[in-house]
Amino acid sequence: MSITNDVLERNKESGRGTLIGYYPAGYPTKQDSIDSLVAMAENGCDILEIGVPYSDPAMDGLVIQHATEEAIANGFRLRDLFEIIKGVREKVDTPLLVMSYWNPVLSYGVEKFSEDLVSSGAQGMITPDLIPDEASKWIGLSDQHNLDRVFLVAPSSSDARVENNSKSSKGFVYSVSTMGITGERTELDRIARSVVSRVKSLGDTPTCVGVGISTADQVREVNSYADGAIVGTAFVKAYQQGGLAGLVSKTKELAGGLG
Amino acid sequence: MQTNLRSQAGPYFGEFGGRFVAEPLIAALDELEATYLAAKADPSFVAELAELHKTYTGRPSIITEAQRFASQFGDMRIFLKREDLNHTGSHKINNVMGQALLAKRMGKKRIIAETGAGQHGVASATAAAYFGLDCVVYMGEVDTERQALNVARMKLLGAQVIPVTTGSRTLKDAINEALRDWVANVDNTHYLLGTVAGPHPFPTMVRDFHSVIGIEARAQMLELTGRLPDAVAACIGGGSNAIGIFHPFLDDQDVALWGFEAAGDGIDTPKHAATLSRGRPGVLHGARSYMLQDEDGQTMESHSISAGLDYPGVGPEHSWLKDLGRANYFGISDAEAMDAMRLLSRTEGIIPAIETAHALAGMKHLSTVLPAGAHILVNLSGRGDKDMETAGKYFGLLGDK
Repeated sequence: MSITNDVLERNKESGRGTLIGYYPAGYPTKQDSIDSLVAMAENGCDILEIGVPYSDPAMDGLVIQHATEEAIANGFRLRDLFEIIKGVREKVDTPLLVMSYWNPVLSYGVEKFSEDLVSSGAQGMITPDLIPDEASKWIGLSDQHNLDRVFLVAPSSSDARVENNSKSSKGFVYSVSTMGITGERTELDRIARSVVSRVKSLGDTPTCVGVGISTADQVREVNSYADGAIVGTAFVKAYQQGGLAGLVSKTKELAGGLG
Repeated sequence: MQTNLRSQAGPYFGEFGGRFVAEPLIAALDELEATYLAAKADPSFVAELAELHKTYTGRPSIITEAQRFASQFGDMRIFLKREDLNHTGSHKINNVMGQALLAKRMGKKRIIAETGAGQHGVASATAAAYFGLDCVVYMGEVDTERQALNVARMKLLGAQVIPVTTGSRTLKDAINEALRDWVANVDNTHYLLGTVAGPHPFPTMVRDFHSVIGIEARAQMLELTGRLPDAVAACIGGGSNAIGIFHPFLDDQDVALWGFEAAGDGIDTPKHAATLSRGRPGVLHGARSYMLQDEDGQTMESHSISAGLDYPGVGPEHSWLKDLGRANYFGISDAEAMDAMRLLSRTEGIIPAIETAHALAGMKHLSTVLPAGAHILVNLSGRGDKDMETAGKYFGLLGDK
């Protein structure tokens, strides 16, 4: 049913674990983002997450905010997203999910957006500011097009919401420890473990975790209790500091945490 | 037309409103809603807030008939609801005292707020000082410059003011930053949102706290003139003072409602903040509503000489009232607003905030659409002291520095 789900299960069974890499579309240019995502796939990312630059990214930290601002300043348009996905697809068949705030999707038209996800070769979408309660249209269309849809669960989510958000998700459900950028890693990790254990006890949807992961040890640790580790900021930072070569070496480094 | 317009309790106003926020905030919104609903039904909360308004805010605010001002527009009577006389100088305090009481009920020791003109920030800092809470105010860097006096007020009151340097560095970016703070600190922090935008329950709750304006004014007008006004007018950015005075009149079908938006350089130029006149529905800051956006759904930067109206979104209830045809929304340019600011100052001895001046400038338009002898109730939402730097420059009153 879901390629993403298959990858997560296969990697779980083999004991490898899963590395999910985020990178913003159009950063710093269209072609650069294609090259970056392809490099991430070729050097150890099992699943790609392509971020849609948005004017009001209220849930992102400064590194990603600045990157997506730069992409927009360099002329990124929403239609470019699908060209970038196609560009990635020409080189690799790694499962690819779009991560987008809701207004760009709404403005493009949820139906057309869904169709273009399919025709460009994406597997689905993560929606950070769309909760299942508001998502009936997207739920219907993603079912119709067999697209993954990833909702979030948080430490503050009630059991009823953890259960519902997990059930409403397809592919996996995204466990966040906190979406802020504060907090000690050990504490974030403790919180993430507790969210994941609630997801596991309330259903059978796989869950992946993003907790400011920046080392191979952390990738290993997260994979010991969750179905995958999601890395965003560390990859963007690596690109900023060392270009494509920096990104490649960061990807290899983090993939080293897989079994 | 529907006759139960006043009974809307959210989360939706027709197709507008809702909760388009990240999952980590949902529990905090649920807690806030539950606390608010319980407080609203609790006579001791209602009494405590009323007492605060009486002994601290300075309510009820009076009504002043502006005869010399009205005579400029022909045959009409204009009544000013004097929210400028509230403690801290604007309507913002009505909502702030209510939400600060709720923060106390929830056991939250820290409040955060966004501010554009600084009025909501000052009101929040005031409530924090009064209740002994920590207060952090997010303010776009551009606004900290044009409203420097209010920054000083907030700091004197003990608040920390954080200039926001991302995006357009104005109100919308201050809201993004406040949301980020809230997500990270939701356990001990209440986000004291200052307008009727944002995710449910904010649009409903903030409206309810401000509806004291219209409730008082409606009774005052009946007492003063023996009838309801023909029109009620207010300026509108996010829409809090407008909904506060509109709401008690929603089911009075003969009372026209007029919201005056900031048209900046002009409604047909790219530089304005006329969200309802020129925007289209989308999702911004947690609610579905009209907003200024480009083809791709990227939020467009708004422009207004008034920091308080310089916002590319608007509260969802206003979007609903617009689509229903119950309220009318009309753009006022910077120049028209500044003229009205000077006119009220010189005819009535009342210096209005530049935000408020947009509503006053609207009288010219109303004089062309309302019958002779019409009674108009205007929400004089704030005083203009904070705008002396802008007005001084605009009118050349400051001389050479």
